[in-house]
Amino acid sequence: MRGRLCELLGQPLAAIVSAGLSKFGVREGLYARELFAEAAREAYDRCPNLSPKRDIKALFVGHKGESFEHQGHTGPTLSDWAGLIPTQATRIENACASSGVALRCGIFAILSGMCDIVMVGGVEKMTHRTTAEATEFLAMASDFPFEQWHGLTFPGLYALMATAHMQRYGTTEEQMAMVSVKNHYHGALNPKAHMQKEVTLEKAMSSRVIAWPLKLYDCSLITDGASCLILTKPEIARKFTDTPVHIIGSGQASDTIALHEREDLTSLKAAKVAAQEAYKTAGVKPRDLDIAEVHDCFTIAEIIAYEDLGFCKPGDGGRLVEEGATKIGGKIPVNTSGGLKSKGHPVGATGTGQAYEVYLQLTEQAERRQVSGAEMGLAHNVGGSGATATVHILRRG
Amino acid sequence: MKMEEVRPFTVESFYKFVSERKLMAAKCVDCGFVLLPPRPLCPHCHSSNLTWTQLKGAGKLETFTIIHVAPPQFQAMTPYVVGIVKLHEGPRLPGMIHNVKPQEVRVGMDLRVDFDTALPSQWPMWPRYFFRLL
Repeated sequence: MRGRLCELLGQPLAAIVSAGLSKFGVREGLYARELFAEAAREAYDRCPNLSPKRDIKALFVGHKGESFEHQGHTGPTLSDWAGLIPTQATRIENACASSGVALRCGIFAILSGMCDIVMVGGVEKMTHRTTAEATEFLAMASDFPFEQWHGLTFPGLYALMATAHMQRYGTTEEQMAMVSVKNHYHGALNPKAHMQKEVTLEKAMSSRVIAWPLKLYDCSLITDGASCLILTKPEIARKFTDTPVHIIGSGQASDTIALHEREDLTSLKAAKVAAQEAYKTAGVKPRDLDIAEVHDCFTIAEIIAYEDLGFCKPGDGGRLVEEGATKIGGKIPVNTSGGLKSKGHPVGATGTGQAYEVYLQLTEQAERRQVSGAEMGLAHNVGGSGATATVHILRRG
Repeated sequence: MKMEEVRPFTVESFYKFVSERKLMAAKCVDCGFVLLPPRPLCPHCHSSNLTWTQLKGAGKLETFTIIHVAPPQFQAMTPYVVGIVKLHEGPRLPGMIHNVKPQEVRVGMDLRVDFDTALPSQWPMWPRYFFRLL
C-alpha cells in the first residue's frame, strides 16, 4: 500500500468517462498509429463534451515492442495520431501488462493533482509477422540469459507452470481446454473479438501441441488492436458523462523476471500482491465482484488467476471452470469479452482493453454478453510470465 | 579458486565458467543465500559481500515442457524438452534436457548438468549448459 492510496480507502481514485476499442483481429494494412486512432475515435465519439486537445493533459500508452513495426518512440506518435499534439505522451513497456501499467500511471497523474483529465491506452500491431518472428519478439519479455538462451518461449514458460500445477493439484488438460471453450463461447458474442466462433472441447483437446501440455487452443491469439480510456478526477466526471465508472482499487507488483527464481511455480506472486493492494484500496472482497477480466494469455494462466485473485482456493481453479462458475450465468463470469483467447491479445492493448470490457459491462453496454446488473468488476493484467501484474477494481459511479 | 574469486558476479562470468565446464553460483557471505544467476547485490539482504561457489549440478526435475513451436534459431531442434531442475544445493536452474525421449521425461527424474562448450560466432558468445539423465 503506497502513499495517497492509503488515504483513499474506499474512495474513488479516478473516474472513467469514456473508452474506445478498435476492432481486434487481423487488421491488414493498418499499423499501431491507425489502430490507436480508431480506439480514440470511439472514445471521443462517446464523450462529445470533451475537447481532446484542450482537456486531455497527458497520454500514457502501453506498447510492447518496436520489433514488430521497426517503430520506437510510440508515445508522441500515438499522441499525434490521436490528435493530441502537443500534449505530453509517455510510452510504457511492461510486456503484456504495458497498458495495465499505463492505466495505473494515469491514476497517479490524477491523484497527484497534476492532471484533471488524462488518456490511457495501448496498442500492438502483430499479425504482419510470421509466427516464428512473433514468438521471438514476444519471448524478449522473458529472461534472455537463462530462458530465451535455452530455447524457452512464452508458451513454454506457461507450460512449465501448467506441468507444475498438474503435478501438485491434479489439474487436467481437459480443465485447461474448458477455459478455451468458455472464452470462445463468450467471444462469439463480442462483435469486436478476433475469433467470433465457439469451439468444442474435442477440437480444443485435439489441436496441435505448441508447448506440451499447452496446445493451440490453450494459447491466446496474435492480434492487432488498440484500446483507450479517458480518466478524470471523480469530482468532474459528470461534466462528461451521466454514467461514469469509478476506479476504486488499484494494485501493481513485480516478481523476478526468470521463472526459476520464484518461490512458487503454481502461482504468480506479483498478481497476488497486486490483488491484495487493489482489494484493500477498494475496501472490497472477491465475493463482492460481479465480473472479472483476467489475463488468459494461456488457459493455465486463467486457472492460476482464479486462485491468485481469491475466486477459489489454491488448486481449485480447474474445478471452478469445470463447474461453470466463470461462464456468463455463473457466480463470477470471467472474460465476458472472450478474453485474450478469443477476443485476442494485441499485447500492448490488452490491459486497457480489459478495463474497456469492464466499463461496458458496468454501463450496461455489453449487448448480447451483458451480465445484468453488474455493479463491480475487476481487471487483472500480467506482463511476461508474471514479473509484472496490475489489478484494478471498477464500480458504477 | 583464487583467480575465480576475483571474477565479477555477473552473467558474463557465469558463462565464462560454463565454458570451463563449471556450474558456478554466487553465495552471499552475510545471509548465506545462493544466487543463481549470480549478481552484484544480494536481493535478500542487499549485501555485496559475495563469494563464488561451485555447484555439483545434480538435482531433480521440478517441471518441464516439450517445445514444438520455437523461435527461428531453435526451430530445427523441435520437439525439444526444457525443464526447471531443483539442484541439491538449493537453487533451481532452467535448461534443455538432452538424451531423453520427450515421452519418457517425468517430474522428479534425477538429472545432472553437462556442458556444450562450443561458442557461437556472434554476441553473446555464451556456451550452453544442459541436463542429462544421471
